[in-house]
Amino acid sequence: MDLDPVVLARLQFAFTISFHILFPAFTIGLAAWIAVLEGRWLFSGKDVYHTLSEFWTKVFAVSFGMGVVSGIVMSYQFGTNWSRFSDIGGNILGPLINYEVVTAFFLEATFLGILLFGRDRVPRWVHFLAACMVAFGTLLSAFWILSANSFMQTPAGYEVRDGRLFPTDWWQIVFNPSFPYRYFHMVMACFLTTSFVVAGISAWHLLKGRFQDHARIALSMALGLIAVLAPAQILVGDMTGLNTLEHQPAKLAAIEGHWETHRGAPLILFAWPDQEAEMNHFEISVPKLGSLILTHEWDGLIRGLKEIPPQDRPPVWPVFWSFRAMVGLGLVMLGVAAVSLWLRVRRRLYDTRWFLRLLVLTTPIGFLAVLFGWFTTEIGRQPWTVYGLLRTEQSISPAITGGGVLASLITFFITYAIIFTAGTYYIVRLFQRGPQGAVKPADPAAGRPKRPLSKADEELGRPPPRPQSRPAE
Amino acid sequence: MDFDLTLTFAGIAALAVFMYVLMDGFDLGVGILFPFAPGGDGDRDTMMNTVAPIWDGNETWLILGAAALFAGFPLAYSVLLPALYLPVLLMLIALIFRGVAFEFRFKADSSKYLWTTSFFVGSVAATFSQGIILGAFIQGFEVTGRDFTGSIWGWLSPFALMVGVAMVFGYALLGSCWLIWKTTGPLQDWCYRLAPKLLLAVLLFVGIVSLWTPLTNLDVRARWFTWPNILYLSPVPIITLAVAGLQYRAVRLRREGTPFVLAMLLFLLAYGGLAISLWPYIIPPSITIWEAASPPESQIFLLVGLVILIPTILAYTAFTYWVFRGKVRPGEGYHH
Ligand code: HDD
Ligand code: HEM
Ligand code: HEM
Repeated sequence: MDLDPVVLARLQFAFTISFHILFPAFTIGLAAWIAVLEGRWLFSGKDVYHTLSEFWTKVFAVSFGMGVVSGIVMSYQFGTNWSRFSDIGGNILGPLINYEVVTAFFLEATFLGILLFGRDRVPRWVHFLAACMVAFGTLLSAFWILSANSFMQTPAGYEVRDGRLFPTDWWQIVFNPSFPYRYFHMVMACFLTTSFVVAGISAWHLLKGRFQDHARIALSMALGLIAVLAPAQILVGDMTGLNTLEHQPAKLAAIEGHWETHRGAPLILFAWPDQEAEMNHFEISVPKLGSLILTHEWDGLIRGLKEIPPQDRPPVWPVFWSFRAMVGLGLVMLGVAAVSLWLRVRRRLYDTRWFLRLLVLTTPIGFLAVLFGWFTTEIGRQPWTVYGLLRTEQSISPAITGGGVLASLITFFITYAIIFTAGTYYIVRLFQRGPQGAVKPADPAAGRPKRPLSKADEELGRPPPRPQSRPAE
Repeated sequence: MDFDLTLTFAGIAALAVFMYVLMDGFDLGVGILFPFAPGGDGDRDTMMNTVAPIWDGNETWLILGAAALFAGFPLAYSVLLPALYLPVLLMLIALIFRGVAFEFRFKADSSKYLWTTSFFVGSVAATFSQGIILGAFIQGFEVTGRDFTGSIWGWLSPFALMVGVAMVFGYALLGSCWLIWKTTGPLQDWCYRLAPKLLLAVLLFVGIVSLWTPLTNLDVRARWFTWPNILYLSPVPIITLAVAGLQYRAVRLRREGTPFVLAMLLFLLAYGGLAISLWPYIIPPSITIWEAASPPESQIFLLVGLVILIPTILAYTAFTYWVFRGKVRPGEGYHH
């Protein structure tokens, strides 16, 4: 049979990681959001924060569960499909991933139990602490995995012996040249993703006239964060791009669609890059702006793809277009941020129906931007898995066959389709029921059968009865 | 340096795998017993609630197992996983279906039965594939240079399938003893009746594996049945039998916590026996832990962190178990 295992393994990696990243992109922000709500409840005593937190915790539980199971697949896939890569890079990437497990995954997974099930069993402040631990864990997890990924993009602190990578300086490895940019860009992307979901769902509730008090608070908090992060993300994105210009010039040339090396290069807005002909069709560009953005000089020098041997060039078309998709979505986010500020000043944030409808539409915008961002990054790294050191076609497991990879690709596809459909269905249902549906009886002691167990609570110091607070205005 | 880094690392990887077997062992065991619960869906809710707050932490040991192998023994990671391609695939898919069932089952109304099935089938298939992986591991792998060169079906053998079935009974035993500890009433009575039968089956399988391995594997035979090894090693099977006897007694006397502790001890002994058979190979029958090890620069970097982090993890894991201590009663559920 004529199945190329390399192509199939790449497809499988791309499919499974793209599926996986949807959940971290959401849960990293959501964990922090829940911790904030728990904190506000702890310090203000207002029940509305408590109900909001319960509500979003349910949503969190479902997406976190899917994040966990799809993540486990990832940590085995390095070995099953990419064994040469694992052998050659294992001395460096193994410890980074191991640190992710022992610093982050255990923290998340263990305190998740208390966050989800422990509300009636531990004092409020312990529950708040558990929420903080989960949130902290997700940030640590992103730290290590992005360090590993950035090392593959911009390797540093290593030496090559017998064709394998050996660590020489761990500080340089962990804080490799592209890591800080990538980390901030990604974490902000996650927070933006979550904010747009929270804003979208709250706007939907407001439009339906349901759960007004909760929806207003959530909408205001989410839009507040968006107003800060959307412009900041563009700044960080620009810095990321400058870093790429320095360390991965081939990728940057593909992002920009530059074939020729020039001074005073244009900014190409639209084009149809043609890999074979080494040129762009239908190009629309702004003269000199490219050099200005990238080198901050009108006549800055930009290297083109033709300087790079054809076998070392990434596929230009997907990199060029996914980058534009990401930036386009980033500009939409900026627009939303600006309008929200204007409406906030005019005190029309909660009743401008066209804006609320727009927010409902932009609910998934963060997920899309994250995916397009990663496509840019990863496809732009081709044809290397470890940039400049290890080629993708040399990373594959020699023992695997096209048929085997195809079988597993199809299996993953079907499995993910099933659980994604089910998960989305349950999450949408949670959204429909809204925060009120999440409330338990106000007094936990009344809602539970008497049992010896409840003694546990006393030993741990039961929280005082909740203050009867008025619903937030 | 006197201190053998690689040995320490092998210890950590072995600990991770063992912790996984124990901890996810009992929650997979609960899944295996799931459809047979005497009280139907009510009992199933209770069973699931006994493990819902902790299963994710338990499963994290599996990730640590993979990561410790990747970091400490990259060669083993890159040989074993392609060699075990299909059983690993089966395990991952099975873990997905049982993992999402925790959340989905409590959210579902009319489709609840689907997630009950998903939880059961996922648990059985994950356990079975872990048994196959163990069986294939005992039988060894074909390696040329630094790559696995066998077939994608190389793991398939009657022995591996048998170990797969054995594992299902083993985890079911752990699961039933866990339920004895965590539940009351008819569900607990049922587990009291079930545990001795499972114990018998497990002993039978341990016996078969213990005889089959030395019969088919000359190195293992040499290890166990030559003088003076046989003298030093004979306590292993003897203690195993003694523990099984105590276990049987504890169940008959309707002790609550002891059966679970003894079941874990049985697993420890079986695990120890295997370690004796296979030592010091990490890719049987040819590559030792030292040959597969990552360089000291990698191992030291990790060890510095692990020395602090593993005790910390054990401490906060203990804390959550303590928070969720005591019996889970029907209909009570901590569900959020
Ligand atoms: C920027 C963040 C990020 C990225 C790029 C990745 N992950 Fe991830 N991963 C997380 C952020 C995360 C998380 C936030 O920590 C998750 C998501 C939801 C969750 O349950 O934890 C998680 C879960 C998760 C788990 C389950 C952990 C648990 O039991 O709690 C594993 C084994 C992995 N991931 C492994 C990987 C691998 C091997 C990746 C790369 C190929 C990867 N992840 C990319
Ligand atoms: C989380 C978001 C990520 C997404 C959406 C993503 C996406 C992709 C895509 C689309 C490819 C295929 C590229 C191609 O073959 O043309 C790929 C390949 C790959 N990526 Fe990523 N990636 C992500 C994160 C990571 C991380 C964190 C790592 C490692 C730590 C990583 C390691 C790899 C490897 C090993 C391959 C396979 C070899 C290859 O085709 O280059 N990726 N990824
Ligand atoms: C609008 C201005 C933006 C610019 C100029 C920008 C710039 C960049 C660049 C140059 C890269 C590639 C880095 C590499 O070379 O590997 C990148 C990657 C990425 N971008 Fe953006 N970005 C912008 C907006 C966004 C937005 C709004 C999001 C999501 C909410 C986002 C999410 C990502 C992600 C997830 C990656 C891949 C991870 C990484 O490499 O850090 N970006 N971005």
